Amino acid sequence: MSMEPMLSHLTTKRKIKVLVAKIGLDGHDRGAKVIARALRDAGFEVVYTGLRQTIDQVVIAAIQEDVDIIGVNQHEGSHIYIAKKLIEKLREYGAEDIPVVMGGSIPIVDVEVLKSIGVREVFLPGTPIKDIVEKLIRIAEERFSSKKI
Amino acid sequence: MAKLYSREALEEILKAYKYWEENILPQWLSRMPERQKEFTTLSGIQLKPFYTPADLSDFDYIEKLGVPGAYPFTRGIHATMYRARLWTMRMFSGYGGPEETNERLKMLIKAGETGLSLAFDNPTLVGIDPDDPLAEGAVGVVGVSVPTVVDMEIVFRDINMGEVTTNMTINPPAPVLLSFYVAVAEKQGVSYDNIGGTTQNDPLKEFIGQKTHVFPPEAAVKVAMDVIEWSVKNLPKWNPISISGYHIREAGATAVQELAFTLADGIEYVRQLIARGLDVDDFAPRLSFFFDSHINFFEEIAKFRAARRMWAKIMKEWFGAKKPRSWWMRFHVQTAGCSLYPQQPWLNIVRTAIEALAAVLGGCQSLHTNSFDEPFRVPSEFAAKIALRTQQIIAYETGVADVIDPLAGSYFVEWLTDEMEERAWRYIERIERMGGMLEAVKKGYPQREVEEAAYRFQREVEEGKRFIVGVNIFREEDVEEIRRVPLLEFNQEEVERRQKERVRKIRSMRDEVRWRNALEELRRAAERGDNIMPYVLKAVKAYATIGEIMGVLKDVYGTYVEPPYY
Repeated sequence: MSMEPMLSHLTTKRKIKVLVAKIGLDGHDRGAKVIARALRDAGFEVVYTGLRQTIDQVVIAAIQEDVDIIGVNQHEGSHIYIAKKLIEKLREYGAEDIPVVMGGSIPIVDVEVLKSIGVREVFLPGTPIKDIVEKLIRIAEERFSSKKI
Repeated sequence: MAKLYSREALEEILKAYKYWEENILPQWLSRMPERQKEFTTLSGIQLKPFYTPADLSDFDYIEKLGVPGAYPFTRGIHATMYRARLWTMRMFSGYGGPEETNERLKMLIKAGETGLSLAFDNPTLVGIDPDDPLAEGAVGVVGVSVPTVVDMEIVFRDINMGEVTTNMTINPPAPVLLSFYVAVAEKQGVSYDNIGGTTQNDPLKEFIGQKTHVFPPEAAVKVAMDVIEWSVKNLPKWNPISISGYHIREAGATAVQELAFTLADGIEYVRQLIARGLDVDDFAPRLSFFFDSHINFFEEIAKFRAARRMWAKIMKEWFGAKKPRSWWMRFHVQTAGCSLYPQQPWLNIVRTAIEALAAVLGGCQSLHTNSFDEPFRVPSEFAAKIALRTQQIIAYETGVADVIDPLAGSYFVEWLTDEMEERAWRYIERIERMGGMLEAVKKGYPQREVEEAAYRFQREVEEGKRFIVGVNIFREEDVEEIRRVPLLEFNQEEVERRQKERVRKIRSMRDEVRWRNALEELRRAAERGDNIMPYVLKAVKAYATIGEIMGVLKDVYGTYVEPPYY
């Protein structure tokens, strides 16, 4: 993987800002931390929430930090439950324009379910970081261009 | 002195090696260059093309290996090893409520597993009740929900607790779950002398891996030592701690780090117990260990052998333990969950078999083999059975269990065992200079090391320096195969509803005064700094829930919040 910044082609001068979140009681943070580091090395600005966050805390952090993407790492099976609640809460706080992506130990049959709930992308274990980076850039660029501010 | 090779022999061998290097190898390399620029283990240890006695020039057989069942136990802790008794086949199991898990345990016993091992759900692991708002959506998901003694009783319905041994992967609430277990065993009529099993109860590794920590480091260690002290005095067959490298490894550590940090954790606990006034020979035989078995075959075998030798030395020479049993490192192994991938999922069966073989060649006392559906969900019955049968094939078909420590004497394996040991000692020395593992953990040192290693591994995979079949080589874009994996299905919402209802019912039916007094006594004992175990047991018998007991302890000891760095 190239760890050089990959954002030079971005239309905006601002770095893409990602909130890497651990929600609930799941302590598996290896993936979250590896992704946080990899995104940082790829030129993103990364905020990591730390463990055992509530959905409320994550939404508030996303709004306060003005992030472009929320990335939720989940390894303990509650991903559908958490995705529903998170998207609901974003709507409630008027922040539904912040795209949500997820990654972790997620059965493939749940990927469509998550997407139907409103999760933009789901990354399974073994996904090359390069692919994650490219997808996140595309998602952020779409958001920048639709925002037009 | 039992040096294996004479100076003359070594000179001859070196000469032959040099000849190979200068005259034979270059011709071959010019026609057939090596596949890779360098060959390294997962810990980054560089490997030579082949090994000779010259790599073991000072090798003293008696000092390094000896015989099985005798110091330094490199060849195994028992004189008979698997020729007398196979390792315990202990499948880590649990999902849903106690009813579902009881069924799963009975299925596994019927299928021939020889020990039980309970996986708890996240609310239980961090000691909250199923109706706690933080437990929402997580009840029964990654393990069984056991918030009260009543739930434990259901888990063991129709299972004689005097005839099985049970491992419980539980850490901050270990006093609570052990008390549930003891109370139910007592009710079944099993005497304390016959209650056998293990509580993981290893707080330091919680801060490095696993991360189901609740109390701050000092208090977490104090509570764990309470469990050990009480068990050593009351439950002669119980292993009150399983000093675990597994989660450290799964969090990204190398094999060397896993080895070093686990031993450093063990050293810290021995010191803590001695500081309480316990005699090392009274508790050392009850300490047990737990390692990962990853995919880099020889490195894992070398790690297991080095671990036994190092621990024997630590107990005998550092702590002056006198009983040979105090020098034993008894360990459980689990194959590496983090080595399994969703892509081409059936391949996980093969990976697990190879890892299990390494554990057996490394002389483990018990073994859990992961199911191939590990990357997706808690195992289905089908997948769990294949995993158990994998062990049975190794045990009964391959013949690898017929000779003790069969790889001993391999120039490569002995060299690698020495190398692992030496590298691990260097880490341990560094941790000693920091004031021991409790201090090192408070400073975030092992945490940092593990995170760096996790990231390094990921980069190596991405850069094509490490290969994973189906992931970065021999990929298939067809995801239909993944879809065909039959996953465990159960109604989680129903389980959660049932568990909430039960805990509420228990709260409403118990003797209020007895319950309140038990919790109050527990609080006072914790405040005084007494051993909390007798008080937790009393509270459990008064039907206090895990959340209530842990709530009292959190009030007294505080709660740990990990700083959000990466």
